Amino acid sequence: MNTTASINPLENEAIYILREVVAQFERPVLLFSGGKDSITLVRLAQKAFYPGKIPFPLLHIDTGHNFPETIEFRDRLVKELGLELIVRKVQQSIDEGKVIEETGKYASRNMLQTSTLLDAIEEFKFDACIGGARRDEEKARAKERIFSVRDDFGQWDEKNQRPELFDMLNGEINLGQNVRVFPISNWTELDVWSYIEQENIEIPSIYFAHKRKVFHRDGLIWSFDDDIVYREEDEVCEELTVRFRTVGDMSCTAAVLSDAGDIVSVVQEIREATISERGARIDDKRSEAAMEKRKQQGYF
Amino acid sequence: MEVLKIATAGSVDDGKSTLIGRILYDTKSLTTDKLEAIEKTSKRRGYDYLDFSLATDGLVAEREQGITIDVAHIYFSQGHRSYIIADTPGHIEYTRNMVTGASTSQASIILIDARKGVIEQTYRHFFINNLLRVKDIVVAINKMDLVDYSEEIFNKIKSDFQQILDKTDYQEQNVSFIPVSALHGDNVVHASKNMPWYNGTTVLGHLETLDTSKIYSGNTPRFPIQTVVRPKTEGYHDFRGYSGKVCGGDLSVGDEIMVLPSQTESKVKEIFVHDQQFDTAVQSSSVTLTLANDINVSRGDMIVKKDELPSILKEVNATVCWMDSTQLRSRNKYILQHGVNKVLSIVTDIKHKIHPDFSGIDSDVRQLEMNDIAEVSFKLNRPIYADPFTENRENGAFILIDQNTNNTVGVGFIR
Ligand SMILES: Nc1nc2c(ncn2[C@@H]2O[C@H](COP(=O)(O)OP(=O)(O)O)[C@@H](O)[C@H]2O)c(=O)[nH]1
Repeated sequence: MNTTASINPLENEAIYILREVVAQFERPVLLFSGGKDSITLVRLAQKAFYPGKIPFPLLHIDTGHNFPETIEFRDRLVKELGLELIVRKVQQSIDEGKVIEETGKYASRNMLQTSTLLDAIEEFKFDACIGGARRDEEKARAKERIFSVRDDFGQWDEKNQRPELFDMLNGEINLGQNVRVFPISNWTELDVWSYIEQENIEIPSIYFAHKRKVFHRDGLIWSFDDDIVYREEDEVCEELTVRFRTVGDMSCTAAVLSDAGDIVSVVQEIREATISERGARIDDKRSEAAMEKRKQQGYF
Repeated sequence: MEVLKIATAGSVDDGKSTLIGRILYDTKSLTTDKLEAIEKTSKRRGYDYLDFSLATDGLVAEREQGITIDVAHIYFSQGHRSYIIADTPGHIEYTRNMVTGASTSQASIILIDARKGVIEQTYRHFFINNLLRVKDIVVAINKMDLVDYSEEIFNKIKSDFQQILDKTDYQEQNVSFIPVSALHGDNVVHASKNMPWYNGTTVLGHLETLDTSKIYSGNTPRFPIQTVVRPKTEGYHDFRGYSGKVCGGDLSVGDEIMVLPSQTESKVKEIFVHDQQFDTAVQSSSVTLTLANDINVSRGDMIVKKDELPSILKEVNATVCWMDSTQLRSRNKYILQHGVNKVLSIVTDIKHKIHPDFSGIDSDVRQLEMNDIAEVSFKLNRPIYADPFTENRENGAFILIDQNTNNTVGVGFIR
């Protein structure tokens, strides 16, 4: 038996936050993207409620542009842990005419997710959506609260945020409001990777080096998949050894050249990395204030 | 892994953002793409140096106005230690943000512009750090390049500042003075070549020496219960665990405890983190306990050591910092959240306002406005199990929630 329980201050904080969510809200849900951050959240939730089961469902907003490896992984995880999974599809929002598919060179469904998410929140009357966003990802996220109140339209009012003092979390909300909860707010990318290594957490294979058909654009490496990613004729396909640092949609997640085939070498690579994680998110490059605008519209 | 949380305070233009940006730059924490963005913007604006403040100023509105208006968090690590800086604006209206930033911090950096010296705002910044019992304070005397790196000026500011120290009742506070130039990098991460007369550590060098093992001093464990775990699955049919975060001290298996409010006595039987068992839960750890006897415990109850009881309060006297645009008045009702416990409270008296610059009190008060600090009394509908803030930072503070808007409108430090 070990003598003391203290170990990781970030883990202690995240578990505390998850327990507060379950205690203060009636219908929490974990927004599950299949990426490493939401997988880390699932592990933290397991720890927080052990030996009980995770007392909330997972919600996946499926853009239809996912990497197949992510979906396989998701289904296996849900089965192994006996979790409830809710999937809502962006394609359905498009079919219902609620949103319009983007076209052209930079078309992605990343923006469209918001509408599908807000509909799902309304459908299930979720009052707390747990997300894996971290403050170190992007400047606008640095100001996000741990309990972040959204109005009926899913909007974030960054100038009118509740102060968060000590570790007291105020989960009181008005009718129609809901809260986005960010238990790993204070983690950095390296913290997440180190935790995955330390806890031996399984993650989708695309995070590790593999051979992939890709093409180059704007100095970034894009997945070659003519069904999903628009490609100009002069953008030629080649096969390279790459991995992904962040896993979003195929149409908005760039790969990096890497030989890191296991978690130890990935952690090593992150330690030495010189391009920040979001540098590989094509949608953020569109404008400096991109993230903040999307957040005001209800993007998580 | 260790984490050190730091708050910053300074008046507008004292160089807070530049200092933080400089720390990030000199510790090689700025990634190439961020650095490129800073270089591009600095050039576009026609600066002949890199504007490191661009590394921290987050929101569009801020970029337009060129000032920091809310708390932003900045992360970097050096060696085995991770640092989280809460960048809080120092403008006179923003007491509330500073209090917020300092509430989660173990250390604070207070900036002073060497050309201006100690000003009224400096008193305010220090007052808040003192009120919140932030243990380690670094006074960074900045823009030394603009005063010829003068030792006399540094010493004058230091001795002016020390006069405030005499006015405080918090003698355990460690205050260090460091002459820096954030713009040029003197004594931030690297020692200055321009100030051979200074033999002390750099700002980062000093932060590296601080103890992160104990966030708060004191050794009386409190265990507020967040959730009761009753899995009712086959393997754990009779399992009844109590989950929460230990604060104020350590709890161990075998400790004789009392559950409040029922005052039932028992012993700690097991301590779990996930599926692993431990002998001791040190302060700030999130654990699940089981007790030797089956007793009725629910959320908001508190487990304490039998011979170290907190005060059981139905009336509370506290120093309140008001944070809302509505006013606090006598007879107003608020939800008072103490840790994870929520009770209803009514304001019975506003005794006096405290000038947040050590200049005294103001007894003639009817109401509190945003950023006011005052002695206030409350009556509660149910008791809370609390300690004086000066003895236990976590168990001695509460927040006030407006029942109409549900906003967090104030914070209190129990006397
Ligand atoms: N000469 C000099 N200028 C500085 C120094 N630190 C900051 N500044 C300048 O002071 C101005 C205000 O700095 P900034 O970091 O934005 O201040 P903040 O409002 O406290 O965040 C900017 O023009 C900085 O370049 C310093 O050490 N020396």
